[in-house]
Amino acid sequence: MRSWQRFRQSYFFYSFKRDPVALGSFSIFFFLFMVSIFAPLVAPYNTYDTSTYDIMDAELPPSWMDDGEERFLLGTDIQGRDLYSTMIYGLRTSVFIGVGAVLFQAILGIIVGLTAGYLGGRVDSTLMRIADIQFSIPYLIVAIIASAIFQLAFGVGRFEELALPLLIVIIGLSEWPKYARTVRASVLGEKNKEYVEAARVIGLNRRLIMFRHILPNTMTPVLVISTIQVAQAIMSEAALSFLGLGMPVTKPSLGSLIKAGFEYVFSGSWWITFFPGILLVTFTLVIILFGDWLRDVLNPKLYKG
Amino acid sequence: MGHLLEVNGLEVKFALRFGDLTAIDGISFTLDKKEKLGLVGESGAGKSVTGFAVINLISKPGFISGGSIRFEEHELNRLPEEKMRSIRGNRISMIFQDPMMTLNPVLTIGTQMIETVLAHRDASKSDARDIALEKLRKVYIPSPEKRLEQYPHELSGGMRQRIVIAIALLTNPALIIADEPTTALDVTIQAGIMELLSQLCETENMGMILITHDLAVVSQVTQRIAVMYAGRIIETGPSDYIVNCPRHPYTIGLINSLPGARKAGSRLTQIPGMMPNLTAIPPGCAFHPRCRLQEPVCKKSRPALEPVSAPEHFAACHQVDKTVDQDKLLNLLNEDNQ
Amino acid sequence: MAEQTALLELVNVVKHFDISGTFLDQITFKAGRITRNRTIVRAVNGISFSIQRGETLSIVGESGCGKSTLARTVLGLYPPNSGRILYGAKRIDNLSSQAMLAYRSKMQMIFQDPYASLNPRMTVKRTLEEPVKYHNKGIGASAVEEKVSEVMRLVGVDPKWAERYPHEFSGGQRQRISIARALMVDPEFVVADEPVSALDVSIQAQILNLLMDAQEQRKLTYLFITHDLSVVRHISTRVAVMYLGMLCELAPAKEIFSTPRHPYTKALLSAVPKLGAKDPNYIRLNGEVPTPINLPPGCVFHGRCNYADKRCKTEIPITTKLSEPTRVACHRVEEGKL
Repeated sequence: MRSWQRFRQSYFFYSFKRDPVALGSFSIFFFLFMVSIFAPLVAPYNTYDTSTYDIMDAELPPSWMDDGEERFLLGTDIQGRDLYSTMIYGLRTSVFIGVGAVLFQAILGIIVGLTAGYLGGRVDSTLMRIADIQFSIPYLIVAIIASAIFQLAFGVGRFEELALPLLIVIIGLSEWPKYARTVRASVLGEKNKEYVEAARVIGLNRRLIMFRHILPNTMTPVLVISTIQVAQAIMSEAALSFLGLGMPVTKPSLGSLIKAGFEYVFSGSWWITFFPGILLVTFTLVIILFGDWLRDVLNPKLYKG
Repeated sequence: MGHLLEVNGLEVKFALRFGDLTAIDGISFTLDKKEKLGLVGESGAGKSVTGFAVINLISKPGFISGGSIRFEEHELNRLPEEKMRSIRGNRISMIFQDPMMTLNPVLTIGTQMIETVLAHRDASKSDARDIALEKLRKVYIPSPEKRLEQYPHELSGGMRQRIVIAIALLTNPALIIADEPTTALDVTIQAGIMELLSQLCETENMGMILITHDLAVVSQVTQRIAVMYAGRIIETGPSDYIVNCPRHPYTIGLINSLPGARKAGSRLTQIPGMMPNLTAIPPGCAFHPRCRLQEPVCKKSRPALEPVSAPEHFAACHQVDKTVDQDKLLNLLNEDNQ
Repeated sequence: MAEQTALLELVNVVKHFDISGTFLDQITFKAGRITRNRTIVRAVNGISFSIQRGETLSIVGESGCGKSTLARTVLGLYPPNSGRILYGAKRIDNLSSQAMLAYRSKMQMIFQDPYASLNPRMTVKRTLEEPVKYHNKGIGASAVEEKVSEVMRLVGVDPKWAERYPHEFSGGQRQRISIARALMVDPEFVVADEPVSALDVSIQAQILNLLMDAQEQRKLTYLFITHDLSVVRHISTRVAVMYLGMLCELAPAKEIFSTPRHPYTKALLSAVPKLGAKDPNYIRLNGEVPTPINLPPGCVFHGRCNYADKRCKTEIPITTKLSEPTRVACHRVEEGKL
């Protein structure tokens, strides 16, 4: 209770309440996040179940248009799935991949950055050179090679099942050096502070000093880049799916929906691409706006009691 | 002829989210040419804010909410910013604790000094260079020509502070405000800088406000001392009297808590508690919760600065009668008369 | 002196830091050939002394003299390049961190900056619990809690505040908590690195009293590192003066303040500002402190010394014992000319 009260009196909460952009972007983000988590409850149709849709309903326009039907609010896609439900499930897939990839890169990057920064010397140079090499390989190349190998090894059927974890790993691997660098930089600042020396005088071992004393004090920048990284990961996934390297059409993400609809834009079915596109832009935009606000408010140079 | 600087009822507030916070609560003092005034207090007493207020450099969210600052013929807090800027650079200079606050690390000493001269007066580059050299000699910098080519990081801390003083002198100011000018320096360097500042006030006909937490340092340099506590001046007077015959219980406590005041190894006399936060200044006398002599009246009414027995000596304390040390006072008064 | 009871003994301790960076950073191309340059900071250059049980040995010196490095070397935070450190006649400078653990609860440290020495993300309780739990595996929760409130009460912080975070405390209170952390493991020997330098005068007195009380109650031995000579005079049994990583003079506190022998000690003492002393007459030293990267040959002080002669420029003075407890490293003193 005390910590909740402390939070309510904090500068953080105060400036959050006063900033309409922060308040607005966070509310939209929170709403969309909740919708995607509870997709099975919110969406009118379960679009993963092939028995719920009919090819006869394909390419119906949104309900307010001339040929639209009441059952399908935003129309249907080329397979006859309700676009509204498909988007909700697609958003869910995008959120899973975004959050999953960020968790993956954060854990990997934090461990590497913490070790490199605290131990220094050869360990530091070796780990950071690996990070540099990783960073210089475009994730698209990694993704193309990885999914090609994967599809060859397990076959296309298995690939559809394993696409989600595979994408998490691919996007996660390509971005971990960002975390490693950020964490290393703040570890270098923290490790010479007197509280770390005090921990060494007590005789604590390295692992305890690194994880119990230094790590919690490097979390602020990690939190800030994490918001931006989630948006980044969602966009990376959308790009991969758009190129046909991402989620299969049976379990579409927002990116694969946009791609699927893109071929039909010129035949007049604009809605299949348009609505998922708007949703993708809105979702990443609110995350980035909230991340920007977070960066400003957590910046120690701007922080005033 | 009026004073060089006359501050009257100065009030500085900070606009914060829970309302205005009074940082400086009605302080007044004067300063003449060649005079050195020490502004002493612990951190949070408002001594630096006072220094910034005099040159009208309070940064947001702070603002001067009352009082007047008269410098030479100008009412400083009514001047338009443009006019103020020319006075600030020309007639009043400020020296900070950290020389690197004044020095630009990517420019040579020469460039910085020459630019300062050119910004304030119409002179050719070579004239400006000569002025710079002259000032560097004034602060006893060895081989000044060489220094002009150097960057700040190539110099030691004491040398940098001398350069900062030389820069402050470039425009022949009438008033120097030195905010903890030697706090970051070693004692052997500190002694030299203090001697230099003190000497310059005489030779350059300047007034100086020396802001510091170190009573021993001010007592050696200044003629008068003003002791600040929680945004107010609580005692002011000639340095000799403040140091040898202080009247406010806070000043007395401060002097007695210096490690040199007691026999080595014995317990130091300590003032209990600490300076109140500006958000929670006690009513009445701000010092009363920590005071040995407090009476009910101290909690209710705020004491004003009243003259005490020595000339020009004022203290703001209801119990000032109890703090007098007759013998010391008589000695001092006798010395003065001789 | 009765050397056999020494709690801690340093024999010719040397600590150098290589700051030349990686191999590639060290290579320079000069005059047509590639050379490898290393930059070495010679922070501590052969220091020997012993500390007796129950005494306070102060190390004084100006910034960059290596006093903080020496403190950290004693505690094994930096391994010495050569020399020996003995704790109760056992060598501790070459122990593994496992073997060192037994000494960790006997030797503790108090730091200078009360804002950096406490982990901002840990409550006071967690900060204080950690050393006890770590050194007494399997200790009961109630025993730890009891110990925490006992030590908190000892340092004058209300145990009710144990759940608070460091930023909720003032500088003085944080320093108390920092002292509490050092006392949690019941050490015999405490290294205090400028423990009061960052504090205001009235708080300084409180902390010094606390340190002296703790010493009396718990029979502590202090190695006190500071640049503030008035503090040193008050609390020390013996004083060691350091200059550029060398020991200039080591003597009982009373003696060093009444009859300083080494020219540097004399200059240092004369520069200390004294309350109310007008026209301070301090000894002026030539030039500035050289960097510990390029140590002067011979006596490290000769470039600034007013008494240096030819011998001082070439020959490193060895510490000579004068009257029993006093040791001075100066050719002129040895020759009986000072």
